[in-house]
Amino acid sequence: MGTTRLIMVAVGGQGNLLASKVLGEAALISEVPVRMSEIHGMAQRGGVVESAIVFGEATSSIISDCEADILLGFEPAETLRALNRCSKNTKVITNTATLPPFTVSIGKGVYPDVENIKELLKEKCASLVAIDAMKLAKEAGSPMSVNIVLLGALIQSGSLGFTKENVIEAIKRRTKKAFLDKNLKAFELGYEAAQNYGN
Amino acid sequence: MHKLLNDTPGEKIMLLGNEAIARGAIEAGVAFATTYPGTPSSEISLNLFQMSQESDLYFEYSPNEKVALEVAAAAANSGLRTFCMMKHVGLNVAADPLMTLAYVGVTGGMVILTADDPSMFSSQNEQDNRYYAKFGNLPMLEPSSVPEAKEMIKQAFDLSEELNQPVLLRTTTRINHSNAFVTFGDMKPMKTKGKFVREPFRCVTVPAVSRQLHVKVLEKMDKAKELAEVSDFNPIQGSGKFGIIVNGVSFYYAQDAVKDLGLGDNTKILRLGFSNPMPEKLIKDFLKDCEKVLMIEEGEPFMEEAVKAFAQEAGIMIPISGKSQALFSRLSEYDPAMVREKMAGFFGIEYTLKEKLSLDNVPEIPMRPPNLCSGCSHRATFYEVKEAGKDMDIICPTDIGCYTLGFLPPLNMGDFVICMGSSVSTACGFGQATDQKVVSFIGDSTFFHSGITGLINAVFNNHNFTLVILENDITAMTGHQPHPGVDMERFGLDGFGRVNIEKLVRTLGVEHVSIVKPFKVKKSIATIREALEYKGVSVIISQEPCALYAKSLKMLKPRAFKVSDKCVDHRDCINTIACPSFYLEDGKVKIDADTCVGCAVCAQICPENAITPLKK
Repeated sequence: MGTTRLIMVAVGGQGNLLASKVLGEAALISEVPVRMSEIHGMAQRGGVVESAIVFGEATSSIISDCEADILLGFEPAETLRALNRCSKNTKVITNTATLPPFTVSIGKGVYPDVENIKELLKEKCASLVAIDAMKLAKEAGSPMSVNIVLLGALIQSGSLGFTKENVIEAIKRRTKKAFLDKNLKAFELGYEAAQNYGN
Repeated sequence: MHKLLNDTPGEKIMLLGNEAIARGAIEAGVAFATTYPGTPSSEISLNLFQMSQESDLYFEYSPNEKVALEVAAAAANSGLRTFCMMKHVGLNVAADPLMTLAYVGVTGGMVILTADDPSMFSSQNEQDNRYYAKFGNLPMLEPSSVPEAKEMIKQAFDLSEELNQPVLLRTTTRINHSNAFVTFGDMKPMKTKGKFVREPFRCVTVPAVSRQLHVKVLEKMDKAKELAEVSDFNPIQGSGKFGIIVNGVSFYYAQDAVKDLGLGDNTKILRLGFSNPMPEKLIKDFLKDCEKVLMIEEGEPFMEEAVKAFAQEAGIMIPISGKSQALFSRLSEYDPAMVREKMAGFFGIEYTLKEKLSLDNVPEIPMRPPNLCSGCSHRATFYEVKEAGKDMDIICPTDIGCYTLGFLPPLNMGDFVICMGSSVSTACGFGQATDQKVVSFIGDSTFFHSGITGLINAVFNNHNFTLVILENDITAMTGHQPHPGVDMERFGLDGFGRVNIEKLVRTLGVEHVSIVKPFKVKKSIATIREALEYKGVSVIISQEPCALYAKSLKMLKPRAFKVSDKCVDHRDCINTIACPSFYLEDGKVKIDADTCVGCAVCAQICPENAITPLKK
């Protein structure tokens, strides 16, 4: 068994901590060792929330710069900001729906062009899957399911070695019953979108 | 039932470090727990608070850490298993009782948890609280992982009862806020009522008694050292001429690095989990057959200085290195690649750093700093104070809470903050030392924590400043814990008292007290102006529940506003109050109806009255 290091970056409120819990549960079901670390002190105040998840042999619970095998970005500018965590071997999966930071609204910065973000990610890293997870989440019935759409895309990449069934079981165990149907649909839509990406 | 109360030994569950610690306390049969919330420790107390409502556990949120430790000290001296937890700077507040409680000791097991925060993810400094253990003569345990944290707290209680001494359990953020699989153990029955046996020559610390107690403390620490020598928490793994001594989370970075660098055959690692007092014999024996030793510890050279002293005593002349220009810093937390690189350098292993991506052509990415929430009443109060005092040269000491974020532009309300409660006392000093107008800000929870004594000082010494107490009915920053001014019925709990801030302030002798409702902008500005003009101590209490909390209780029914066609683009709204619900679309100001809660502050400051309720 090797080690797979996953970094997830999101904006407070996007549900990446729940996504980490689902992945943790999927690891438990799949009998893969896992350690996770998160920084969430200011999550509810609109800051950046980062989770590091280490699957497999390594025993550390955090991930150094340049050492992420997979970067899962919940927001395109945050995905770009996390490039320092990547190497040329990193697989990148990103949401393309933007959440401009407040600094942009008050004219203290310019939000980068999303097409340019995609080009840069593709140019520098091993692969890129870029999907509009917000659109798919709404299609699944809830804008809250962005996190699960992105999990679908992540699992489709095959990088974690989890079966789809195990992740679906983890979603059943870890997400609220009232949202289950929407989440399962969101997962499928994310999975399909990643499968069709670039085709 | 609360998931951490399940009596299901053997159940394997993914837990946050803080949840694992709370579960460990329950498995240890803890009966009495006290705290003042502080990140990164807050979820431990939150879980215990929740569990206390479903079990015989007594739990209290105390107004500050000193009170929490004193309340706990009495319980522990009545024979109960007692747990007191706080963030690292909280232990500064509790340091007074801590230092002498160490002389008195305990009759029931007592664990004091300090949650240190290397890298200062959510703290004002990154002090290394291991020194409190040494300073105060307290045995100390430090977990390296989440599952170990749960086991360690159980043994910490046993150790405390064996020595009749409080035990310090020291974590760092990467323990508190990591998740891992944890296996539930048996739950020891709780002993919920104790008996205090009078022992004045142990418990009344007059000088003659304390002189005897100091002797006993040192004897206890000698015994603790013997226990540390044979503790399972101080394991040695591997063998070889290269030695590594490590603590806490760095152990795993070191273990991974040894493997990655192929050092497994000639390296041994001593991990110190029972790290005060230091196991002297164990360390001297470890050093004996080493060629060189690398010390890996975040923070200060706590272990390194002790190990070097042991080596000197034992006549061991090998290189022992940790903190240096070439090796490890005293700043920030460590990470796996850093440890790998330093280890390779120290042991002379060839190692090439991972190639960094060139980021030259990446455009500047706008910052995303945390911000006061949409509909946060602090924003309104800051704006109103600024308007009311715009012709004055104002210094704004502020304090620790969400409202510290008011120091950011465009509000720029916050000039000085060092610790909880300092806004009030520093206002006394600034008022006396300068001719500038002083307006300080403090939240309700922080006022109860340590603002009251500063205000008493202000009344007694006749200082000259305005104190704004931001009364939002909750401890907001750390995740909505109650404080003594909170109506506990909102938590569905009865049997609590409630301290009224206005009455308290008047009783302290403050003559100019006014109340504002910050969402009434004009009226608030007029009231604040009057308070600012008062010579002497004036207090403004700005009352409005925390919007996030009110929303979670469904007390607040959001009613969004919109920018109408009347907007002529002054942008006073964005430029002066900067609520995160604003955004620009094609150069026009818009309001995000999904996040706007309808506080209507922007509507009141728009010169064109262009901001109006969004009709459904």
